[in-house]
Amino acid sequence: MAKQLMKGNEAIGEAAIQAGCRYFFGYPITPQNEVPEYMSRRLPEVGGVFLQAESEVAAINMVYGAAGAGARVMTSSSSPGISLKQEGISYIAGSELPCVIINIIRGGPGLGGIQPAQSDYFQATKGGGHGDYNLFVFAPASVQEMVDLIMESFDIADYYRNPVMIMGDGTLGQMMEPVEFKAIKKRDLPPKDWATTGCVGREHNIINSLALVAENLEKHNWKLQEKYKQMKENEQRWELYKTEDAELVMVAYGTTARIVKSVVNKLREQGIKAGLLRPITIFPYPEKAFALLPDSVKAFLTVEMSAGQMVQDVRLAVNGKRPVHFCGRTGGIIPTPAEITKVAMEIMGGER
Amino acid sequence: MKVVFERPSALSDKQTHYCPGCTHGIIHRLVAEAIDELDVREKTIGVASVGCSVLAYEYFNCDMQQAAHGRAPAVATGIKRVHPDKVVFTYQGDGDLASIGMAEIVHAAARGEKITTIFVNNTIYGMTGGQMAPTSLVGQKTTTSPYGRNPEHCGYPIRIAELLSTLQGAVSVARVSVHDVPNIIKAKKAIKKAFEVQLSGAGFSIVEVLSTCPTNWGKPPLEALNWLKENMIPYYPLGEYRTPEEVK
Repeated sequence: MAKQLMKGNEAIGEAAIQAGCRYFFGYPITPQNEVPEYMSRRLPEVGGVFLQAESEVAAINMVYGAAGAGARVMTSSSSPGISLKQEGISYIAGSELPCVIINIIRGGPGLGGIQPAQSDYFQATKGGGHGDYNLFVFAPASVQEMVDLIMESFDIADYYRNPVMIMGDGTLGQMMEPVEFKAIKKRDLPPKDWATTGCVGREHNIINSLALVAENLEKHNWKLQEKYKQMKENEQRWELYKTEDAELVMVAYGTTARIVKSVVNKLREQGIKAGLLRPITIFPYPEKAFALLPDSVKAFLTVEMSAGQMVQDVRLAVNGKRPVHFCGRTGGIIPTPAEITKVAMEIMGGER
Repeated sequence: MKVVFERPSALSDKQTHYCPGCTHGIIHRLVAEAIDELDVREKTIGVASVGCSVLAYEYFNCDMQQAAHGRAPAVATGIKRVHPDKVVFTYQGDGDLASIGMAEIVHAAARGEKITTIFVNNTIYGMTGGQMAPTSLVGQKTTTSPYGRNPEHCGYPIRIAELLSTLQGAVSVARVSVHDVPNIIKAKKAIKKAFEVQLSGAGFSIVEVLSTCPTNWGKPPLEALNWLKENMIPYYPLGEYRTPEEVK
C-alpha cells in the first residue's frame, strides 16, 4: 500500500480498523476529536459500530461490555477524559479484558490546557486507577510508528488479555505525516472462549473483577503480576541512537525524543559525545536497554514534557551508577533544542 | 411422577446470600422464568450491578458480566452493540441506577438501546448497611438520615418510571410490586413483556420492581411487605407508564 499523508488522529482510527477493530466508544475532548470523527465516518463502511457515549465514564464501560463480549474495541480521549476512564480501566484490567485506549495528552492538572504534554506518564505506567495492575503502554514518536504500534496493540491486548494504552501527545495527534499501513507479524492468539457470547452448549461465562474471599483475590493478583512479569521479559522495546561511544545519554520518548535526536547531533558537532535512549514501551519500561550502554557513559539526561515523571524510572534503571539529570517543560510547552542543549552542555562541563 | 414445581433453568443451583425475607429472590425467579418461557437462556447476557445484587452473576445461569457501580446500562450497551441478536438485560438497585448511574440509565433509555433493565427499588442502600437512597421516602429513617429524610435538606425521592417515560427511546416502562401473590403474578407478566419488547427490537424496556429490605428497614418480613404496600405504592404508583403501542 502506498504512503499517504494523514493527520495523526485520523491515522489512529485507520490503523485500528486495519487491525480488525470494529467498535469504538468515545466522547469529544480536544486535542483528539479527529479520532471519534474519523471512526464515526469509517466504521459504518466496514460494518462496525461507532457510538458517542454520554461521558468518558460511560464510554469506557461500553468498552468493558464490548470487550467482554469478545470484540476488538477501542476508545480514545485526552488527559482529563482519561482520568474519568480510570474506574473502568481498573475494572477492565481486573477482569482481564483486551482493549486499546488512546491518550492524546494535553497539559494538566485539572482542566489544564489543550497544548501537548507528557504529564500523564505516572497515570499511564503506574496503574492510574485503584488496585495492583498495569497497562501495557506504547509511546510512539511519529505518526508511522503510532500506526504500526496500534495495529500490533490489538494482538498484544488479546495475547495478554490486558488493556493496551497508546500514549501520544497533542503534537502527534494533530500533525500530518506520510504513513503506510503494513501488515503486522501475527501472534498466535488463544481463542476467546471466556467471552459472553451466549452459553450455547457450555457452562455460563462470567466477566468479573469481584473476589470477596481475600485468598482468592490475592491469587488473582499474583496471576496478574505473573502476566506483567512476562511483559517485562518479552516485550521491552526501545531505540538507541548514537550511544556506541556516548558520554551523555539522553532519555526521551514520543515527540520529545524527536527534538532530543536533533540535540544529539548538535552536541556532537560541538564535540560532546551524546546519544539517545528512546523508550518505545514505557510499560514494560525498557530497563534492558540500559544494560547495553557502553562504559563511556558519564551521565544521563532525561527530557520530558512534564515536571519530571519518567526520570524516576530512569533513576531506577541506572540504579545509582551514574548521575541522572532532568530537563523538562510543562503545561503544554514543547522544549526547544536550544534549551536542552544548554542543560546538556552544563552537565558536560560547558563548551569544548 | 409429575413435576409440579422446579427451579427455572435460567437460575443456577446455588444458595443466594440474600437476607431472610428479602424480595430479590422472588424477582430473580421471575426474571429466570421469563427467560425460560421465551426460551432465550442460551442467547441471554445479563449484567450484574453493584449493591445487594452484585453477585447476580452467580445466580443467573446465562452468560453474565459484572459492572461498576451505576454503569450496567453502558456495559449492556457495549454488549448489545456487539451482539444485536442476543438478549441483554441489566439488574440494578436504586442506589446503583437512580443515584450514581443516573446518566447511564437516562442515556441508554434515550438512545432506545435494545436492552431490558430490571430496576429493584427498595428505597435504601442494602449492601452497605442501610444508607439513604435517592428513592428513600420523605421521613424515612436510614443510617445517613437518622432523623428521617428531610426534603428541605436533601430533596424528594426520584420517581424513575415517570422520569424515563418522558424519553422517546424508552418504549416500555412499567412499575410493579412483589408484596403479595397477585402483584407477583403481574410483575412476572411485566418482566416477560419487557423481554418481548427487546426481542421485537422496539427499543429500551424497563420494569421498576418495588421491593423490601427487612434487614435495613428494621422490620420483620411480613411487616416489611405491608410497609411497602402502605408507604411505597402511594408515592410510587404501579402501572404501565409507557407501552410500545402508545409509542406508535
